Amino acid sequence: MPPFSTNRKHILPGFGLSMGYTVFYLSAIVIVPLATIVIGTFRMDPQAFIGTVTAPRVLASCRLSLTTALLAALCDSVFGFLAAWTLVRYRFPGRKILDALVDIPFALPTAVAGICFATLYSPVGWIGQLLAAKGIQLINTPTGIVIALIFIGFPFVVRTLQPVLSELEPEIEESARSLGATRWQTFRRVLFPHLFPSLLTGATLSFARGIGEYGSVIFIAGNLPYKTEIAPLMIMSKLDQFDYDGASAVAFMLLIASFTMLLMLNAVQRWQEKASH
Amino acid sequence: MPTPVTQEQRNIQKTGKNDPIPVQVLLILLTFAFFASFVFMPLALVFSQALGKGWQLYIDSIREPFAIAALKLTLLTAAIVVPLNAVFGVAAAWAVSKFSFRGKTLLVSLLDLPFAVSPVIAGLIFVLLLGSRTPFGSWLGEHGIRIIFSTPGIVIATLFVTFPFVARELIPLMESQGREEEEAAVTLGAKGWQMFRIVTLPNIRWGLLYGMILCMARSIGEFGAVSVVSGHIRGMTNTVPLHVEILYSEYNYTASFAVASILVFLAIFTIVAKALLEHQIQQRQPAQADLT
Repeated sequence: MPPFSTNRKHILPGFGLSMGYTVFYLSAIVIVPLATIVIGTFRMDPQAFIGTVTAPRVLASCRLSLTTALLAALCDSVFGFLAAWTLVRYRFPGRKILDALVDIPFALPTAVAGICFATLYSPVGWIGQLLAAKGIQLINTPTGIVIALIFIGFPFVVRTLQPVLSELEPEIEESARSLGATRWQTFRRVLFPHLFPSLLTGATLSFARGIGEYGSVIFIAGNLPYKTEIAPLMIMSKLDQFDYDGASAVAFMLLIASFTMLLMLNAVQRWQEKASH
Repeated sequence: MPTPVTQEQRNIQKTGKNDPIPVQVLLILLTFAFFASFVFMPLALVFSQALGKGWQLYIDSIREPFAIAALKLTLLTAAIVVPLNAVFGVAAAWAVSKFSFRGKTLLVSLLDLPFAVSPVIAGLIFVLLLGSRTPFGSWLGEHGIRIIFSTPGIVIATLFVTFPFVARELIPLMESQGREEEEAAVTLGAKGWQMFRIVTLPNIRWGLLYGMILCMARSIGEFGAVSVVSGHIRGMTNTVPLHVEILYSEYNYTASFAVASILVFLAIFTIVAKALLEHQIQQRQPAQADLT
């Protein structure tokens, strides 16, 4: 390091202005509005708060949101792993188009995804028809919610796995093979453990997104109380009845759930960094 | 133009060939099957439903006055939100990437906060803060200012959900570019604004554009947050995604999918722009790509 290195930081102009504006704008748009939920919840009568969040209908909606998001994240780990593996390691016609289309769930407005899946799986829809012939109905069921959430979440898994997969050294596989490991053993003992932290990161992101997802779910879910009513919709219906306290109590619980996810994700990433050294 | 083979490409060529051909074929077919059922079918469905009753009905559904009003409101919202968040993104990226200060990690994680919040909660917080039943909201109401169930509410909720896009794109880009070029400009006597315009802006323009496109796509397509604050007044506070929802719930499927097809074009445009811009950004840093 040259002796002037500590000084050189201060040559560039605009720190005060850019930092001041960043903090101001962040507070005005994000921090203060989010704080209203926390403050509102703490000003609530504790009895009323507990009453609201333990009401059977609210509990059922939270349980539904968590389980469907978890199932979707598990499916996304499988499909996302498959897609990332194929897109990175193999060369085939249409690969670049598939790779670009991975971002469709990010780019397509959620309401459009919602009406598409509701129509596809309705008893007269392209897929729903085939299922109806076998007596299966997915629309207005938790499985339908899982399908919408798989769509919303799979890019997270693909996009976190792709860079790690493409940096895999061929020598690792070759040495495992030359030491007598079969292909399956090489995959299970060498490659998969190396990829697992990224897979977990992607799945956690997809899970966190799934808990709060609204637009793509409400159309296929049918929104039957106790059965297919997700937690974000619970907030919505409390707002429609002008039950602001109730809405913020449920929102508070959801926020806690997503922030716990993010903290866990942080821990996973630190573990990942440690593992890669 | 011959492109040099990078380490990464070499890895792929060698590792991919390690897998037996039947396994490769099976996995590729499974991938196509997944994309067919989760990506191609929904996209194809939009156009098949929208055009199912002929071009005339398709055109009429899009040109209908409420659809036009929704489109106008959506574009107005995007036109306000994208520049505001772009200016913020540049300021935040400048502060974070060119200076070191205490609490930087905390600041960077706070910037991503809106992505961790459910869209419905994003709408709810502004109803709690600015709605007519809150002290601040009723004070505004007495002065004739209406925010919730009106355009300003839609704009603010959209600002929140699209808040991180530009900053998140620019911070890693500007960190990788270092400080040398700007420092040289300042040493040679450039004023702050000159330095920014002549040195920084050309370096970050593709990243900035990319961030703005992502921000625009999300602000046009946002549903949950806007749904909470809008009040769904047709011709007044209805955005395009909300209009799609209303038409769908009225069983007017053809019109609903016709309007939705505009949003599909937007999504395809976003993806193509992303592919092109990533190419541009990579070409600007060929030396670094080869070293790693």
